[in-house]
Formats: sequence, C-alpha cells, structure tokens
Amino acid sequence: MSRNASAAADDPTADEILRFAGVSMRYGRGPEVLNDVSLSLPRGSFHFVTGPSGAGKSSLLKLIYLAARPSSGSVRLFGEDVTAMPAREMPRIRRRIGVVFQDLLLLDHLSAFDNTALPLRIAGHKAAEYRNDVAELLTWVGLGQRMEALPPTLAGGEKQRLAIARAVVNRPEILLADEPTGNVDHEMALRIYRLFVELNRLGTTVIIATHDQDLVARSGRPVLHLERGRLRPMPPMGPAE
Amino acid sequence: MSAAFDPQRWKPASFLPEAEARDPALIFVVAVLCFLACLTGLMVIAGDRAAHGWQNQLTGEATVIVRARGGETPDAAAARAAEALAAVPGVTEARALEKEKAYELIRPWLGDVADLEDLPVPRLVAVGLDDRKPATAAVLDKALKAQGIDAVVDDHSVWIEDIRCAAGVVRWTAASILALIAGAAGAVVAFATRAGIAARRDVVEVLHLAGAEDAQIANLFELRFARVAAVAGAIGAVAAGALGAMLRLIGGGEGITPALPIAWADLLAVLPCPVLAALVAAVAARITARRLIQRL
Repeated sequence: MSRNASAAADDPTADEILRFAGVSMRYGRGPEVLNDVSLSLPRGSFHFVTGPSGAGKSSLLKLIYLAARPSSGSVRLFGEDVTAMPAREMPRIRRRIGVVFQDLLLLDHLSAFDNTALPLRIAGHKAAEYRNDVAELLTWVGLGQRMEALPPTLAGGEKQRLAIARAVVNRPEILLADEPTGNVDHEMALRIYRLFVELNRLGTTVIIATHDQDLVARSGRPVLHLERGRLRPMPPMGPAE
Repeated sequence: MSAAFDPQRWKPASFLPEAEARDPALIFVVAVLCFLACLTGLMVIAGDRAAHGWQNQLTGEATVIVRARGGETPDAAAARAAEALAAVPGVTEARALEKEKAYELIRPWLGDVADLEDLPVPRLVAVGLDDRKPATAAVLDKALKAQGIDAVVDDHSVWIEDIRCAAGVVRWTAASILALIAGAAGAVVAFATRAGIAARRDVVEVLHLAGAEDAQIANLFELRFARVAAVAGAIGAVAAGALGAMLRLIGGGEGITPALPIAWADLLAVLPCPVLAALVAAVAARITARRLIQRL
C-alpha cells in the first residue's frame, strides 16, 4: 500500500467531501441566517435539506458553491479549506460543483443548447468533445425538440429542466439543487429525482434543498433539517445505496 | 426549426449578447473621436511636409549683403563678392543681384522714394549651397574677409530655427491632442464597460458560478468593446479620409492651401485607426472589467 493510500485509510475524513465546522453566516450586518452549523457529508451521499422558508437552506447551498463566505466557522470542500479561499482559486472548485439555482439563472440570449454547454465551454472543452452529450442530455430531460429555443420561450417546467441539464452536464462531483422540482408537475418531479439518483449512483454527491415533503418522505434519503439557521438533530448519515 | 437542429453544425454563441441597445451611441462617440484623431494626424503630416519644404528652401541658399568700400562701386563690390563666394567649397552658385532687386527689397520699408540711387543701398549676392555638404556662414564670411569685402552673411539660420521650432510645437501639440483623444476614447469605453457589466451582471454571475475565471469574463468584455471600437474607428477613419480627399481635390496639387499641402499618400495614415481604436478600447475594457468583476 502506498504511503498516501495508507494515510487515507487512517484518516476518518478521507472519504468526506464536505465539512462544516461551527459555521455561521450573515448578509452584511444583518442577523445570522445560519448559526453554528456543523455537518460532514461523505463522498457519494444523497441528502435533502429541508426547513421552512427563511430557515437558511439557500444560504447553506451558497456556502457550498462559494457564492458566500461564513462569518465564522470553517468550510472544507474536497478536502480543502475554502473558508477564506482567494477568489482566484474559486473557479477550480466551482467547476467540480453543479448547481440548480432557485431562480434558475438561465441566460436569456443563449439557446437551450448553448445554456447547457456553458460549463463545458468555460472549462475549456472543445465543442466536438461534448456536443453529442449535450444533445443527448437535453433529449433525456425532454428538451430534444427545444434545443435552439431561447429560455424566455420555454415553459416554467422546461426552464427548470434546462437548468438541471446545465448543472449536471459536466458530471459534477457535487450536485446542489435549490427547489429543483418547484415548477414541474409530479411526474416530471419524479423524473428529475430519478436523474439525481442516477447521477448519485454514478458517484455524484447530491444535496437538494426542497419543500417537497412528499418527495423527501418517499425517497427515504437522509435529511438536513434547518430551522432558524440551526440544524436540527440529524438522522444518521451514510452513502446512498 | 428545433426539430432540424443538428448538434454537429452547432456553433457556440457568444456568452455576451451580440448587440446592446447602447452600442449605436458608443459607436457614434468613438467614431467622432476617431474622426478628430485622424484629422489631427492628417494636419500634422501636412504641416510637417510644409515645414520641411520651407526648411529645404532656406537651407539651400544664403544671402550676402555687400557694402562698397572706399572708391569701389556697389556693383563692383557685389561682383567681387560673388566671384569670391563661387570659389568656396559647398557653394554651387553665387550671383550678384541687380540693384533693382535690392531696391525692391527695401522699398516696403522706405516707401516710394523718388531716387533710390542717392541712398547707399547695399547690394545682394544670392548664394546657392550644396544640398549634401553646404558651406557654413562662417566659411562664407571668412572667404569674403580674405578678399577684404565688407559683407554680412545671412544663412537663414534664424528662420530655419523658427520653422523647426514651430514644426516641433505643431508635432507636440498634435501628439497631446491625440493622447487626449485616446484618453477620452478610453474613458468612454471604460464607462460603457461599467454600464455593460452592470447591465449584464446576471451573465457575469452565471459565468462566475459556473467556474469562469475573472480573466475569462474580462476577456468577453474586452473583445466586445474592441470589436465595437474597431467598427467606430473604421467609420471615423473613412470619414476623415473622405474629408482629406475632398480637401486635396478642392485645393488642387497643393492641398487645402499651399501652406498645408495634403498628398494622396497621406490619406493612408488613417488606416491604422480601427486597430488603434480597438487597442485603446480593449485595454480600457480589460482594466475596468477586471477591477469591477473582482468586486462582484
């Protein structure tokens, strides 16, 4: 066994993809939206983040995709302390994370195909390497006939699926989704959930913030429940099956 | 149609919208600045040519004022001076001017004097100098003194120095104007970049969150404004070139005026304008975008 492998075997955090240690967060001088949150997620796990509106679900995700910094505590991602990471190093981390934003953040002047291909282009991949994959993914999410459509011409559910396609197109190590089934019907919600499960099966760590209690209950996945910025006692966590 | 979409023929679209509502205004302002810059450039070239022409005329000749001594007649003194000067190396020609020529020169100062013959008017000797190795005023003076001729040599050095000085002032003034115009263009582009980033904050945010580096995003704005400025630069250059051509045509062989002659070849000077405008815009957009994006 190599020295590194041996060290990894001895290190209980070696299989950990995300760790929050006493993390609090506030916007500007406002009140704390997260308060002393500590958690550890193993690589390949699948978690729901639940809680009432304003509980801090979106803020928790923002800390993970480096759109915000904690006011205290520390955040470790992929084994690196990202708490005070310089901005110039963030792109390297962000490229390993896929995000379905609550407000989708689609670029209205780009076609569905261009929106989906965006993370791959940013990462510097050549079009020839990915255009078939992008087309396949869009077909999979039910947008095979709308690849050239601009987001303003898409229905709410179609936009949601497009945002999901963009988030997963580069096979991220962590997939974050903020209310990904908010604008879709039950059948599409299940289909999206199955997509997340499939990605998780392939090794992606999935964290979904949702109000959809039905989906959470039926999935049987572990839940991080937030109330007023604090984590409620969590059920035992472990890698997804 | 969507159904006919072929991924193999897909061409990646620009991350920034191809055109913005404020583009025409920006193009107009930058085009006007480029027009003024090109016009300034053309005027400097024409002014420089005129100054060189005057300088060449003056450096190619000298004037010697000869005063008769003793019983010698002015004409004889002038002829002797011309002979002495013709033998000096660096002199191509020395010619004593007729007395009428000297009278013509002093008449504006004295008015209509009935009989100039009564006045001790000095005679003039026009000296042609070798272009490549002209004789200096000191050498001419020495040659005249050696022959005992009372004369003053004017090699036009005062005028030449004045012309040189004036040409230098014109050049530096033009350079300052061009620098000011470049600065103004840069400021306009910086302002437009700032507005562009504010208007496209959503795009910047998405690109950032998708893992784009600051430099990648700044590049988008840099390229965009460089392209807009290149178009504006081309418009300004064409307009200035057209005006230059018109002045050349109207002014005949010597341009708008004999003092400021524009040659057809001078119009080529406007050609680099689009490239220079794009460069100025790219630098301004890059600096502004980088600074702003870092703060987002």
